[in-house]
Amino acid sequence: MMNCKEASQLMSQELDRKLSWREAITLKLHVSLCDGCANARKQVNFIHQACKHAFELNEEKK
Amino acid sequence: MTIDTSVLNALRPDMTRFAYLLLRDQHAVEDVIQETMLTAIEKQDGFKNKSSLKTWLFSILRNKTIDALRRGKREVNISTLSNDEDDSFEEVLFNHHGAWNLETKPNAWSNPDASFEQKQFWSVFDACLNHLPAQTSRIFMMREFLEFEVEDICKELSLTTSNCWVILHRARTKLRLCLDTKWFSGQGFQASRS
Repeated sequence: MMNCKEASQLMSQELDRKLSWREAITLKLHVSLCDGCANARKQVNFIHQACKHAFELNEEKK
Repeated sequence: MTIDTSVLNALRPDMTRFAYLLLRDQHAVEDVIQETMLTAIEKQDGFKNKSSLKTWLFSILRNKTIDALRRGKREVNISTLSNDEDDSFEEVLFNHHGAWNLETKPNAWSNPDASFEQKQFWSVFDACLNHLPAQTSRIFMMREFLEFEVEDICKELSLTTSNCWVILHRARTKLRLCLDTKWFSGQGFQASRS
């Protein structure tokens, strides 16, 4: 059974590489049962999105 | 078409922010901005309005910043990394079963995307990025802002892939905690909403 520590490592790695099928399913299962990890994953993805927006937004404002 | 230098100057603050996050050295930043401006003026015929001026300028800036990073030959030294970083952060976050500790279990952030529209958020975001240890920040920025593949970062800095993954994970965790404290559960978010 995957624990939160391992899950949090994989949710970072999924932004950097394609997870194996097994890793992806195990992560999905864990996150569906654990709200701490579900929140952590949303936060990490939010940061990823924020980096994409960081230098675009100001342009829209101009 | 001719580019108005005042338009270039208007983009300077954003360019400076970008370069500083990567180089963290005011002199290096100024050099890079100057080179970017010169290249932009020199190559303005290449700018055909297909992309926005800012996108075009940032693509030049990106290349100049990569050159500056390479010129600096600031190789990441693994021993520096482990000194400048504490590996204990996971022990604080998780108990010995690898489950979240009660105090560190992540909470839901309410309507986070709305933050993108708030100027205040971006200064908190920059502060959190600048608060990361230099080497960690550099690797994170190469990945997220310069959009290097992890393999290329490793090659460039002579790190192993798993080293890179660990550092990126650490960077994201620290940013997560920083934004949580300084924005989502702190005063910043409340104040800027009202």
